[in-house]
Amino acid sequence: MIKKILSWLFLALILCFMYVPILVLIVYSFTDSTIIGNWNGFSFNLYVKLFTEERISKMLFNTVSLAIIAAFLSTVLGTLGAIGLYYSKGKFGKCIKGASSISVINAEIVTAISLALVFSLIAFGKTYFSLIIGHMVLCTPFVVLSVTPKLKQMDSSMYEAALDLGASPAKALFKVVLPEILPGIFSGFMLAITLSLDDYIVTAFTKPVTFDTISTYVYNAVKNQAKSELPALRALSAIIFVIMIIVVVVMNIRANKKTEEIR
Amino acid sequence: MTSSCKTVKREEFKNDDFRPAKISFSRKYLSVPYGLFLILFVVLPFLLILYYAFTSKTGNFSFENFVDFFSNPTSVSTLFISFIIAIITTGLCILIGYPVAYILSKMKAKKGFILLLLFIMPMWINFVLRAMAMKEVMTLLGIFAKSDAYNFINTVIGMVYDFLPFMILPLYSILIKQDKSLIEASYDLGATKAQTFRKVVLPLSLPGIVSGSTMVFLPSMSAYVISDTFGNGKITIIGKLIEEQFGTGANWNAGSAIAIILLIIMFACTFLCGGFNEESNARGTNI
Amino acid sequence: MEKNEKIIELVNLTRQYEDGVVAVDNVNLYVRKGEFITFLGPSGCGKTTTLRMIAGFDKPTSGKILLNGKDISELPPNKRPINTVFQRYALFPHMNVFDNIAFGLKMKRLKVTYEDENGKQFDKIEKLKKWEIAEKVEKALKMVDLEGFEKRSISTLSGGQQQRVAIARAIINEPQILLLDEPLGALDLKMRKDMQLELKALHDNIGITFIYVTHDQEEALTMSDTIVVMKDGVIQQIGTPTDIYNEPKNSFVADFIGESNIFSGTMTGDKKVRFIGHTFDCVDDFPKNEKVDVVVRPEDVFLMDEDKGQVKGVITSSIFKGVHYEMVMTVGKTEVVIQNTVERKVGEKVSIYIRPDDIHIMEKEFSSNKYDGYITKKNTVCFADGEFDCDVTQLYPGSFVDEEGYLITPDGDKIDLTDVDVSVEVGLKDIEISDDADAGGAVGNIVSMIYKGDHYQLIVRTDENEEDFVFDTEDTWNENDRVSVIIPKEKIKLTLKKEIKR
Repeated sequence: MIKKILSWLFLALILCFMYVPILVLIVYSFTDSTIIGNWNGFSFNLYVKLFTEERISKMLFNTVSLAIIAAFLSTVLGTLGAIGLYYSKGKFGKCIKGASSISVINAEIVTAISLALVFSLIAFGKTYFSLIIGHMVLCTPFVVLSVTPKLKQMDSSMYEAALDLGASPAKALFKVVLPEILPGIFSGFMLAITLSLDDYIVTAFTKPVTFDTISTYVYNAVKNQAKSELPALRALSAIIFVIMIIVVVVMNIRANKKTEEIR
Repeated sequence: MTSSCKTVKREEFKNDDFRPAKISFSRKYLSVPYGLFLILFVVLPFLLILYYAFTSKTGNFSFENFVDFFSNPTSVSTLFISFIIAIITTGLCILIGYPVAYILSKMKAKKGFILLLLFIMPMWINFVLRAMAMKEVMTLLGIFAKSDAYNFINTVIGMVYDFLPFMILPLYSILIKQDKSLIEASYDLGATKAQTFRKVVLPLSLPGIVSGSTMVFLPSMSAYVISDTFGNGKITIIGKLIEEQFGTGANWNAGSAIAIILLIIMFACTFLCGGFNEESNARGTNI
Repeated sequence: MEKNEKIIELVNLTRQYEDGVVAVDNVNLYVRKGEFITFLGPSGCGKTTTLRMIAGFDKPTSGKILLNGKDISELPPNKRPINTVFQRYALFPHMNVFDNIAFGLKMKRLKVTYEDENGKQFDKIEKLKKWEIAEKVEKALKMVDLEGFEKRSISTLSGGQQQRVAIARAIINEPQILLLDEPLGALDLKMRKDMQLELKALHDNIGITFIYVTHDQEEALTMSDTIVVMKDGVIQQIGTPTDIYNEPKNSFVADFIGESNIFSGTMTGDKKVRFIGHTFDCVDDFPKNEKVDVVVRPEDVFLMDEDKGQVKGVITSSIFKGVHYEMVMTVGKTEVVIQNTVERKVGEKVSIYIRPDDIHIMEKEFSSNKYDGYITKKNTVCFADGEFDCDVTQLYPGSFVDEEGYLITPDGDKIDLTDVDVSVEVGLKDIEISDDADAGGAVGNIVSMIYKGDHYQLIVRTDENEEDFVFDTEDTWNENDRVSVIIPKEKIKLTLKKEIKR
């Protein structure tokens, strides 16, 4: 019993450590003050600012659209790659697997500068294109990593069964293999979105000068002591947090329903 | 039009042509685009870094970038400090993350999973924002004193704060898969709880510790955003050094050389940890 | 008669894997239309590989697969009029029962010829109509007793139900051949027995050719018209279940199908065979002195009181098996398994009688002499009433013998080999004989000398335990010569019977 209480206490302590900053952000999103710790009375000003100020909405749009485009492309490329790699046994496959794992363990800073070198030396310069490529380099290997286990779990005779029943190889792939690994593709996509939203280093090195995501904006704003729009981002964090909570609750309810169905 | 047509005959459309198809579609070709992508944007850039690292500013082959790095006390101490920070961060993450993962894995599956989500959810809020908030909270609480020793400690706290989920995830996913009957077998054979933990649970979860450590140790050597935020500008880690060479310093050759040094350290660590384990990779784990 | 038409024919079919393993070795076989044929054999015998080649999932290294006379070995599986029921069913988990069964029909295309007002005919390629598919699925579900299961998801079905869906999914396409790859392997015993009968009934109803793969001999005997027994990629015997059971072609088939006693014997005269120390009358004709395998089914061994039968022995084990008792009678070193409804207690002295037509004699595939032996104090080996020098270090690779005669393993362990049981193998070409009785390790008489074209095959039999040395030689000897047997030290192959405690 004491053990149980102790372990709950421990979990609560660690959760506190992780959530206090977020909760503070949320509390101070309801007051119009530049610094946290300085309560200027309750107001929705920051939320109003978040949706009215053009710089902020542009940056938000940039961040989200970049994440969606990069994640989508990464998912397509990574899923095809994972399927191809799963079925290729030769040297070709091994080389790709090796290159793929390099970019997983590589430090972000090394990925970032190497891409910066390529784009400034060989082609294109730093454009939206280079930014998307940068995020794809970051995300695609992780899509491959989350799709591959699903391929391994799949009964290998599933594909053969589809052929056996008269489906062409392409049809068998679309109608049988793809639906089977869909959960892996989906979690790969979510992972890609998370990685892209959270990234600072690769973005900083591949983005065009005038382009800003939340990460680069906040980092530069703090560095240059120009904090004018920072408080509005507290409101953004609060909104993301609420969405997160909703997602978890929905997942919980769905999981409950599923277990009932099985029973 | 068709309605006025009369159906004369319906028969199975059989491919009576028993010859094999000329072009056979093979699934392995699906990875060709990914292969090309990797060659263009991973291998080629890597070769470029290699080229820059081993040439001088005038473009001649030389080791001077490496010699410069190791003869400069500041850069060597930066390397040393990065290393210490990474080791302490990894150690703390294991010390905190292992009990968390262990307790969660012992709970009823659904409760444990929901709690696990709570532990990894902060990852979905932009980490620069979170880092700023953490710093402000620490300032608020007065922990954020401005002496040099505190800069170091604060940086470590910041790193642990950011990387802890990456340690909990692989540990949880390996502990939850552990066969319960192994533990029962251990009790059955007369081992105490502590012995069972030491001799059965811990060794079996080693791969999780290894991949968690890789996911924490390597990034914490280069995540300069955190050291910048929490170190009050006084703590420089090796990632920052590279950034400076490519930004303000504008010495691509030196920067590439440091990148190569960082890469060598990373591959050495991965190799020492028994290779890259893609199965229990933290970020690759399906949630 | 249509029934005798060959539907599929395998011609010199061979499949060698990249690592050099030959899974299927020059198989020749034909299957008649409407037949229920079973490939039977232990795992790794090539039966599944053969099936996969017929289905089109695997391509033969050489040889042909003829379907109605046309070579289909290069045709992809989706173009073959053949369907498969997979070992673990391979149902698509993201589709419900209806969609699983309808899958093949949805892939099908029809060539429809229309005629417009002007009487001009034109062709169109069309899919099957929805109602047609629904009708067929309903019929197929009825056939496997799963009416009303259309909307169920696969994960809610029991193993047996999944099995039925898999069968319905295959037969709905009206294939010319249905392949079944160990389809009952995942079911429990009772369910398996029921499904065996149902499959057989289904086969009789729809008249499709069934090619069935299993390692379960009872399943094969129950269901098949024809059984093909395979081992190491080679067909051992093809025949009806009765043929295979009653007249197995070799000891492997006999051992694999049903329970059997297999003895090694020698022909001693016209339709006379000697084994377990007695000369029996038999019905098979083999040359005199030929070494043969003798197969006797346990249920064909009659138990009698001690003095009434042909061979005396002692009951050493008796187990109740439900319908009968399974007893073991020991004669010297040999065990005879007997099934009888009357029990004889362990230790009881009994005798047995075997009728001539229950003794099945088959040619021995004789490639080497095998003996049981043991190691002596002097690190020599005793077997077949003799003692021979040997190289004991072969028991542990990399080991050596120290001055005191202990074996030292590469790990540094010290082993005393005295009285350790070993299996001894000596090749047919590795034995020499000499007139000098002291020259070799064992002494015996030449009991047989068969001329084999360019050499003689000799048998030397020892006095004490009637152990035989069989070997090839180019020299001529006379029968009944008394000789000693010489085996070079390095030609004696030893293997440990069990791991030695260190």
